[in-house]
Amino acid sequence: MSQQASIDRQEYNITAYTENQVGLLNRIAIIFSRRKINIESLNVSPSEIEGIHRFNIVINETEEVVGKLARQIEKQIEVLKVYYNTNADVIWQEMALYKVPTDVIAEKAIVERLLRENGARAVVIRKDYTVFETTGHREETDNLIRVLQPYGLIEFVRSARIAIIKASDGFNSKLREFERREPSTEPAENEYLNSRDKVFTM
Amino acid sequence: MLTNEQSAQTLPELAAPAVQPETETMTGAVATLQALLAEGVDTIFGYPGGAIIPIYDALYDFKEQLNHVLVRHEQGGIHAAQGYARSSGKVGVVFATSGPGATNLVTGLADALIDSTPLVCITGQVFAHLLGTDAFQETDIINITTPITKWNYQVTNAEEIPEALAKAFYIARSGRPGPVLIDITKNAQQQKHDFAPYVPCTHIRSYRPVPIVRPEYIREAAALINQAKRPFVLWGQGVILGKAEQEFKAFIEKSGIPAAWTILGAGALPTDHPLNVGMLGMHGNYGPNVLTNECDVLIAIGMRFDDRVTGRLDKYAKQAKVIHLDIDPTEIDKNVATTVPVWGDCKETLPLLTALVEAKLHPEWHERFRVHMEQEVDAVIREELFPTSEEMTMGEVIQQLNELTEGEAVIVTDVGQHQMVACRYAKLNKTRSNITSGGLGTMGFALPAAIGAKFGTPHRPVVAIIGDGGVQMTIQELGTIMQTGVDVKIIILNNRFLGMVRQWQELFNDRRYSFVDIQSPDYVTVASGYGISGKRVEARAELKQSLHQMLEHPGSFLLEIMVSKENNIFPMVPQGCSVAEIRLR
Repeated sequence: MSQQASIDRQEYNITAYTENQVGLLNRIAIIFSRRKINIESLNVSPSEIEGIHRFNIVINETEEVVGKLARQIEKQIEVLKVYYNTNADVIWQEMALYKVPTDVIAEKAIVERLLRENGARAVVIRKDYTVFETTGHREETDNLIRVLQPYGLIEFVRSARIAIIKASDGFNSKLREFERREPSTEPAENEYLNSRDKVFTM
Repeated sequence: MLTNEQSAQTLPELAAPAVQPETETMTGAVATLQALLAEGVDTIFGYPGGAIIPIYDALYDFKEQLNHVLVRHEQGGIHAAQGYARSSGKVGVVFATSGPGATNLVTGLADALIDSTPLVCITGQVFAHLLGTDAFQETDIINITTPITKWNYQVTNAEEIPEALAKAFYIARSGRPGPVLIDITKNAQQQKHDFAPYVPCTHIRSYRPVPIVRPEYIREAAALINQAKRPFVLWGQGVILGKAEQEFKAFIEKSGIPAAWTILGAGALPTDHPLNVGMLGMHGNYGPNVLTNECDVLIAIGMRFDDRVTGRLDKYAKQAKVIHLDIDPTEIDKNVATTVPVWGDCKETLPLLTALVEAKLHPEWHERFRVHMEQEVDAVIREELFPTSEEMTMGEVIQQLNELTEGEAVIVTDVGQHQMVACRYAKLNKTRSNITSGGLGTMGFALPAAIGAKFGTPHRPVVAIIGDGGVQMTIQELGTIMQTGVDVKIIILNNRFLGMVRQWQELFNDRRYSFVDIQSPDYVTVASGYGISGKRVEARAELKQSLHQMLEHPGSFLLEIMVSKENNIFPMVPQGCSVAEIRLR
């Protein structure tokens, strides 16, 4: 990997719409692992359309590589559509849960204030512990760990990233296109070919 | 048929409305074979085993309609199916059992994926309730084969079989073809179900095999070609897979552009065609490699810029505008940045392009290729085809063979020096005449692939050309030849070395010949053990007559030809070098 390539690397959000099929997760995952690329975050869940799943995958790569990966994912039989975006092109959130001893919060007013400042919301309150929830960017959820650590943070978990594409019109109209048996008369859609200048330079 | 009686009993009780299609009760195994028949399958290459016994039991009643070729090893089975598919253009079908039967398909699947060969492999699997329990001969073949199949699917219920197979055939043969594996658990094979009539698959909503051609790219491509002073066409197997040989020829002949081929594209345009300037790549012809870096417009048709073709990428055709015609969008811009991407089926895009290009001859540009060819003849080809040395060369064997077959034979090659020689010098008049393992470079491919090629094109002579290394990897398939009586001519070019590795060790590792000195059995005796006639040729004087004897022999014949031990294949683009740095010696 040249020095230039490492400079050009940044976080990309890959969004894939797929059929709900056993084994597809593996088929997609190996497209990354075969190139020894680490998946930083992976979320798979049902989309707004019944029967269609949405993958949100975060990787650190150059645009050149991400473009090729996206096409190779889209090539898989059960994948309908793949988009990739930089962080600037998406609105993204991660959710985090924090388990802290209830007595600490009850006794120390400062903790309550810190939680409020960080937008945390109590999900469960028990005699022995309380679970708080926040959503936000990595730095925000990380920050609350740091805040709570001195006060006996018992357990922490963070979800994968989910991201909404700022420029997207959604998938409903696109799906109708896919379901049509006869090919549309509109020019073949391939976003990579449409925006070629941005895709690849040797 | 066996199941008709059963369905006759069950059908009247259904009392279904008249519009409902008639169903037929049968086992999953029978439904599997009915699906194959509906897809036009006539030949299956396979090997039975515990988890696929129900399908083999059903096959017992289909012997008249389905020709099952019992191979000697599942790898031989899948390579035979590849040879069948490559020679006939049809989907190759393989049966194997679970566990080791299925894992023995792995090399062939990888080979078929990288060489875009349509296959449907059906593997037996342990009972569904045993999945994940490390049952006898259980292997997770779906996960093993995910990276090496275009699609795969596990059937655990008989009801799924027709749809799974319909999708399998559709996916295997459409778009850029490739191998599909369907894993069927034993319970699904045994289970009886009321099957509706078979419906072939023609649409999968998440899969678009053939893109819609964009006219603006055709126009842009034609404009570039019309302005070009030194245009150069590279074609690959896409022309053959797209059955676009005529369209390709029309394009070339109108535009007058010199055209060179990848080894998988060989034969799409006859060897003798005046616009055919030769082979690309590491051991390709001199002119096509050197002039790749001098052309002004490079038109790549159904090829994927493999590293063996391009050499060093950052010094590859940097001066040229690149037009890339391909059906697979992942190939466009993958290795070489294109100026105009013509995404589509070349059978469709080539005529559109032909209509817009101007008729030209490019005489000065062709002269460049001719001059380079003259240099190559002087430096390499003359001595290879008409040697003055005492020892025989691989090239003269191919030359003599050409004279006898006149380019009408299907040539099946293995991997190594003999492969490069055969691809460089074999005369091919027809498409689908050159069957070789290109992308994966699978030694052991040729013998079984030749068997399959003969089943795929029984009316054409099939000649397997194999090295003394590769033949020992799948030599057991002589048993398949013996049992089926299939007529395959086998030439073993024996240089008593693993020649290609030896050549690299000579050129790049200081002649440190590390484990390339390979001994052979007496092949003629081995062949005779299988009831196959054979002969060993040690002197040039016997060569032509022996080749003639082989070709005229009724049935299979093995010809072992002792060739020079330490010949090197030239020209050569050393690894890491640009195509312009090709060495003539």
